Amino acid sequence: MIAIRDDRDRNAFAALFDHFAPRLKGFIIRSGAPAHQAEEIVQDVMLTIWRKAAMFDPHRAQVSAWIYQIARNRQIDIARKENRPMPEELRQEPGSEPDASQILGLEQEAGQLKQALSRLKPEQREMIEKAYLGELTHMEISAQTGLPLGTIKSRIRLGLQRLRHELKDLDQ
Amino acid sequence: MSAITHHPSDAMLAAYAAGNLPHPFAVVVASHVSLCGQCRATFEAHQAVGGVVLEESHAVPVSPSLRENLFAQLDAPFAPEPVYERSGVYPGPVMEAFKGRAPRWKTLGMGVRQDILSRDVNGSVRLLYIPPGQAVPDHSHGGLELTLVLQGSFSDETGRFGVGDLEIADEALEHTPIADEGEACICLAATDARLRFRALVPRLLQPIFRI
Ligand SMILES: [Zn+2]
Ligand SMILES: [Zn+2]
Repeated sequence: MIAIRDDRDRNAFAALFDHFAPRLKGFIIRSGAPAHQAEEIVQDVMLTIWRKAAMFDPHRAQVSAWIYQIARNRQIDIARKENRPMPEELRQEPGSEPDASQILGLEQEAGQLKQALSRLKPEQREMIEKAYLGELTHMEISAQTGLPLGTIKSRIRLGLQRLRHELKDLDQ
Repeated sequence: MSAITHHPSDAMLAAYAAGNLPHPFAVVVASHVSLCGQCRATFEAHQAVGGVVLEESHAVPVSPSLRENLFAQLDAPFAPEPVYERSGVYPGPVMEAFKGRAPRWKTLGMGVRQDILSRDVNGSVRLLYIPPGQAVPDHSHGGLELTLVLQGSFSDETGRFGVGDLEIADEALEHTPIADEGEACICLAATDARLRFRALVPRLLQPIFRI
């Protein structure tokens, strides 16, 4: 993803496509889109990834998390014909050095999260999938306990604090 | 800026990250996340879970033409979507709902003003301007009401709410928010059902006429 962002590397983008496009298609079909529309959405999402690559910040998000958000945005924009409200972006300090330990930490936390999900009972796992496919309201999510968040929250928060120190204009 | 003490619930942030909050509530939650580092971290954690769900999705082969079409478009010119940034007390998502304009206040009486950003079957989202010491009429709720303070502060039966604080009210709460002394209070308020105002006059007459 960094090669796509910084070097506009098409081979890297092709590899990303080969990995994510079929998963995106499966994900989109599961959330109710007919197969032909699913391919259109996959194409839109992949094009958005290419065009918005400069926004990707590996200190704060895994590639899969970033793509997940783009895919949900696209699905919602199509379903509701209005733009989904998103928070203001945190801007990266231009030329700020990548913090390898922060990026690695996030990767490790995401790996643990993946393992935690794989250990769930099938019914629990299905509940999680439904929640993140947008099939549960917040009331229904409230009724479900134990979304496996604890593992990665602290790490993402640390990254955020680091960023906030760098972004002096954020907290006027 | 004083610390934010009232936040959306984790379940609400999860539903927001999954794109499953009705539009008026999504505007308010997006605005809160824009102001609140703690909720941004939680929101991003939910995105990470969504990413794992995506990553682990059953792969369905895509047609070869999709790849060709996509790569043919990579160099095509495109108009980037407008990015709305914070302006004064209004965070980016409010500016987006405004399409970049300034608020157009309409007087509601007693110095209270409002500007309705959107209203449809999903509910409404509006800005409220409440002068210091002034109350929003006593009311109960037909559904959910989210109120985010953008300037000043207000207090009601449940506590005090300053800049960035989010009050969540539902059917169970009947309250009278009063703007604190000092600066006028500006709030972003979303509801998914009509508020039930208890007009002052009918209430006074209630014991006599049993309305
Ligand atoms: Zn918060
Ligand atoms: Zn209320």
